[in-house]
Amino acid sequence: MIVGRHANKVKDSVAEALQGVGDGATIAVGGFGLCGNPEALIRGVVACGAKDLHIVSNNAGNMGKGLAQWLQAGIVGRVTCSYIGNNEDLQRMMKSGEVTVNLVPQGTLVERLRAAGAGIAGFYTPTGVGTVVAEGKEVKEFHGKEFLLEEALPVDFALLRARKADSFGNLRFWRTAQNYMPIMATAAETAIAEVEELLPLGGIDPDDVHLPGIFVHRIAVVAEHEDPFEYKTSRKRD
Amino acid sequence: MAFTREQIAERAAKEIPSGCVVNLGIGLPTLVASYLRDDQEVWLHSENGLLGTGPFPYEGEEDPQIINAGKQTVTILPGGSCFDSAMSFSMIRGGHIDMAFLGAMQVSMSGDLANWSIPGGKTMGIGGAMDLSSGCRQVIALTTHQSKKGEPKLVSECTFPLTAKGVVSRVITDLAVLDIAGSGFRLVELGPGVTRQELEAATGAPILDAAT
Repeated sequence: MIVGRHANKVKDSVAEALQGVGDGATIAVGGFGLCGNPEALIRGVVACGAKDLHIVSNNAGNMGKGLAQWLQAGIVGRVTCSYIGNNEDLQRMMKSGEVTVNLVPQGTLVERLRAAGAGIAGFYTPTGVGTVVAEGKEVKEFHGKEFLLEEALPVDFALLRARKADSFGNLRFWRTAQNYMPIMATAAETAIAEVEELLPLGGIDPDDVHLPGIFVHRIAVVAEHEDPFEYKTSRKRD
Repeated sequence: MAFTREQIAERAAKEIPSGCVVNLGIGLPTLVASYLRDDQEVWLHSENGLLGTGPFPYEGEEDPQIINAGKQTVTILPGGSCFDSAMSFSMIRGGHIDMAFLGAMQVSMSGDLANWSIPGGKTMGIGGAMDLSSGCRQVIALTTHQSKKGEPKLVSECTFPLTAKGVVSRVITDLAVLDIAGSGFRLVELGPGVTRQELEAATGAPILDAAT
């Protein structure tokens, strides 16, 4: 029996949008470092009490912000990410063994999510051949060049942030805050978007939709964000 | 003497033919952007999802949602575009990026690159380095010739975990510009005031004469 999932997507609160997020869930969280994080959804997961979570994200926060809040709250068991950098919380918890970290090349991470969302079980990539990333994986030659078999990475939930949405969940992103968002949405059983502005149906021109609403299941309107700078670089006027 | 960091970046900028799409790695390679000439039509790609990366914004105009792959605030040039990460890595793995300038911890004489982890040291992560080094059409490594401990970074075989095998074609260091030649590093240009003997002493592989 088919259950329609594309009505009444706009929720009254972040807590309502996060309903069903429970212990052991695999959650993809959009953002590149602290850029474009779904800040209210991240806070909301800490508040909902779920634990032993598996984070799938490019980073896992930084400077105590973003997903570092989950690490500090002790609700993370596993992290699949591409870069740790100076994230002291993750460096410490990785060293102590509190958190298991699986490092994945950035392009492989997003392609594994893309494959999951596109119904593809795996793919052969040149990235990682001859490195530790290839350990335990099938290597196959195509046209004289070696490729690695990488598997799709489906997730239970995706937490997204978008600049604009309509009530069907069509989304528009802002600048480099787009990053992993649309791809994570496709890989998720349930994709939840935190949007700055909600428009009526028709408010986004069909040609201007970045992510079609079929991939978005719940929407929470959150107008204000902290948007911290990770590295604020500028030049002086001449 | 030798090349300063800025001179390495300036020398690297001269390597880029007009009309190229280029990715600059984090750290020293990022400096290359400052030395591109106006008559050099170069499009900079940032793997977080930006093509047409411009200079740092003026003070007060920084947008935390307009960043490069080093998470620094940047601007977007006219003609620039933003896109998702899958599209960005299609550009990289698909061979659409002409050149990548990447930092290095070790480069071997067969072109192997190690730049993401030092055994026993802090692991920063892989990020886009493995995709960039195996996917871009030409990879040039920019690095100091020796580590802070004085160990050679240009070696016959890498001992650090690899980023990719046989991908680097040229290395620009504070001491010299060198091409990967399989049985050694072929000297292209010595840094200012650097002698051949100093270069050989600082390198962990044979130095071959410039091609004639």
